[in-house]
Amino acid sequence: MDSQKLFVSSHAPYWHNMSSLSSKSYNIMLAALPAVIMGIYQYGPPALGVVALSVSMAMIWELIMNTVMKRPVSIGDGNAAVIGLLLSMLLPATTPWWTVVIGTFLAVVVGKQIYGGIGCNPLNPTLVSIAIITLSWKGLLDFDETLVNYDLGFYMVYPLAALKHLGTSVVSNYSVGDFLMGQYAGAIGSTFGLGLIIGGIYLILRGMIRWEISIAFLAGVFLTAFLFNISDSEKYAGPLFHLLTGYTLIGAFFLATEDSSSPVNFVPMLIYGACAGFLTVLIRNIGAFVDGTVFAILIMNVANPLLDKIRPKPLGKGIKHA
Amino acid sequence: MIKKPFFGLGKPKLKYSGVRNIEGKDLKEIPPPNRITLMHKSPIDELGDLALSTGDEVKTGQRLNLRKTGEECLTSTATGTIIDISLTTGYAGQSFISVSIEAKSKDLWDNEFEKTEKDAALENALPFLSSLPGISDLSSLIKIDNPLNTIIINGLDQDLLIATNQIIVKTEAENLAEGIEFLKKITGVKRVIFVVPPSLIPEANKSGAEVKVIEPLYPDATPELLIKEILGNPVSPSQSFEDLGIGFISAEAVVALRTAVVEGKMPVTKVVTVIDKDNRLTAIRARIGTPVSDILNALNIDVSEGDRLVFGGPMSGRGIYSVDMPILTDTDAIMVQDKDQVIPVGNDPCINCGECVRACPAKLPVNMLIRLLENGLYEEAAQEYDLLSCVECGLCSYVCVMRIPIFHYIMLGKHELPLTGSLEESNG
Repeated sequence: MDSQKLFVSSHAPYWHNMSSLSSKSYNIMLAALPAVIMGIYQYGPPALGVVALSVSMAMIWELIMNTVMKRPVSIGDGNAAVIGLLLSMLLPATTPWWTVVIGTFLAVVVGKQIYGGIGCNPLNPTLVSIAIITLSWKGLLDFDETLVNYDLGFYMVYPLAALKHLGTSVVSNYSVGDFLMGQYAGAIGSTFGLGLIIGGIYLILRGMIRWEISIAFLAGVFLTAFLFNISDSEKYAGPLFHLLTGYTLIGAFFLATEDSSSPVNFVPMLIYGACAGFLTVLIRNIGAFVDGTVFAILIMNVANPLLDKIRPKPLGKGIKHA
Repeated sequence: MIKKPFFGLGKPKLKYSGVRNIEGKDLKEIPPPNRITLMHKSPIDELGDLALSTGDEVKTGQRLNLRKTGEECLTSTATGTIIDISLTTGYAGQSFISVSIEAKSKDLWDNEFEKTEKDAALENALPFLSSLPGISDLSSLIKIDNPLNTIIINGLDQDLLIATNQIIVKTEAENLAEGIEFLKKITGVKRVIFVVPPSLIPEANKSGAEVKVIEPLYPDATPELLIKEILGNPVSPSQSFEDLGIGFISAEAVVALRTAVVEGKMPVTKVVTVIDKDNRLTAIRARIGTPVSDILNALNIDVSEGDRLVFGGPMSGRGIYSVDMPILTDTDAIMVQDKDQVIPVGNDPCINCGECVRACPAKLPVNMLIRLLENGLYEEAAQEYDLLSCVECGLCSYVCVMRIPIFHYIMLGKHELPLTGSLEESNG
């Protein structure tokens, strides 16, 4: 055979649907933007500062770890930026700069890189960071305390804290409209309910997150809150209150759906989502913490490998041999 | 390239191409080339005991016994002189004996097959028919002691963008009906099922076989999925199709069988769908053994360095590395891909996004499989995560966000699995 042109040879398939991690990350950030912009609009430059510092610090930690671990630079895939953005969305606008620096370190380095980087983290990196901050610095995530100098013209009390300390009488101070439009005190990117729902629906329709997890999570929250509510409506708030306050919506669409720490089979996704929702309300109603979303999702992250063992029978299995 | 739709939360929906996607109505005949290369899958990796030698004269349609002992044979598709016999290696280390023939311009037909077929019973003709266009081995369908109970004729093609079988069903419906009669006679099979897409129902109804219509949605025409869809009992990975009494044959092979038996001439041509860089389809008919370069030249398709050449379709084809490679009896398509469309694979780990699990038609836990296969744990992959249930459609790699060559890993695993077993035995 003559010497001739060299062709590229590789294994099938020769087509790809052109999805990529960077487009996935950028779409998640795009979907989160409405809620973030609302937060910045409400709380002004301090909120913008937290968001910008968090995103950039997350990427810097990633870059540092890439260098230290002598691995290819991976900040281009957008995953670190997503972690930083989600972390900032969970923080109040007045978060001090050092908390953001430490928080992003905890998320990117402790939550993700020490396990070997993307895809290897057993827990949601953002939530690992928030959990450690919650446990280490008690006041930092107390929205009533941190936002005490803000008066935005609406009822400036964090609903879940009010519910915990003052009982169901506070529920009447809020309307569903307030929750959807972010008219209550809370974290930068988790109060604008409508924006989060729109972002979540966008991600679901584009196939960027697994709809089963989001829906099961919301259903779990709704059902558990409903059961508590009918058992004693004096003591426990209604399901709609729990669905729209705290980290519920951001948890359903952005946190519980983190790829590496959540299951991929149909039934496990439903169990995972529903149990996380159930635990969320359980911690809120009878646990020690004001909001249960963070720990509920983390606990279910731990259960994920076990849950994902439940899977459909593959083709040709379970047939009686003739 | 079919990209992910803007809104896409389910599994990918890829449709097989229909005949209407073919450019021009007729098959384009490719003139016989000056040099023909025939290839035979050889079970052993050596050239010993050859019955042929360079300088031998051969005639068109002549049966060439490869070795002095054994049944291995080829059908010459040209008249001329053997100029080279060599051993080449193909996909997954498969050995091929390749026989090159310098062809004369005039075809002289060998009449031995015609004589055998006229003189004696049909069975005597069988050795000639071992390799027909569209099938690599007819003998698997013919079991004298223990005949199959069902033969499925595939009127669809193996992959996207291929229309080879469909164009045969469309244009040669009568020949196909005759071919099915012969098929029933020589195999003794009572039930012949003809699988076609909805667009070919009128032609299929002329065939006289039991017609089953399936939606042309990839990869539903894969044998394993066809069995599940049509017969309702999926095949277990530990069974072969023969164990279940099921045989597969393509529509093209049935027509070739009829050509051989009725016209008394061994079929020497093959229909091939040529897919150019813009994914336009052209159906051609060429001598088996024609180099790819002759076909591309006849169709004015340019290839340059860095492009990709594939035998088969975009999802499951096999890459080839030279335009001198000849078309074989089972080459249904030649695909040319521009270097701009060649997508490099990624080397990042799985992020567990679940797209592959959603897409897998065999419901495999691909996310777990890839973790084991990347680390060479083939036995664990087979035992705990059902590596062997894979139907080899390639959708997992197609949807992978990290562009991991999952399909490649799976095929490597399937190839390595029997080897590791024997290694352990010899060590033990």
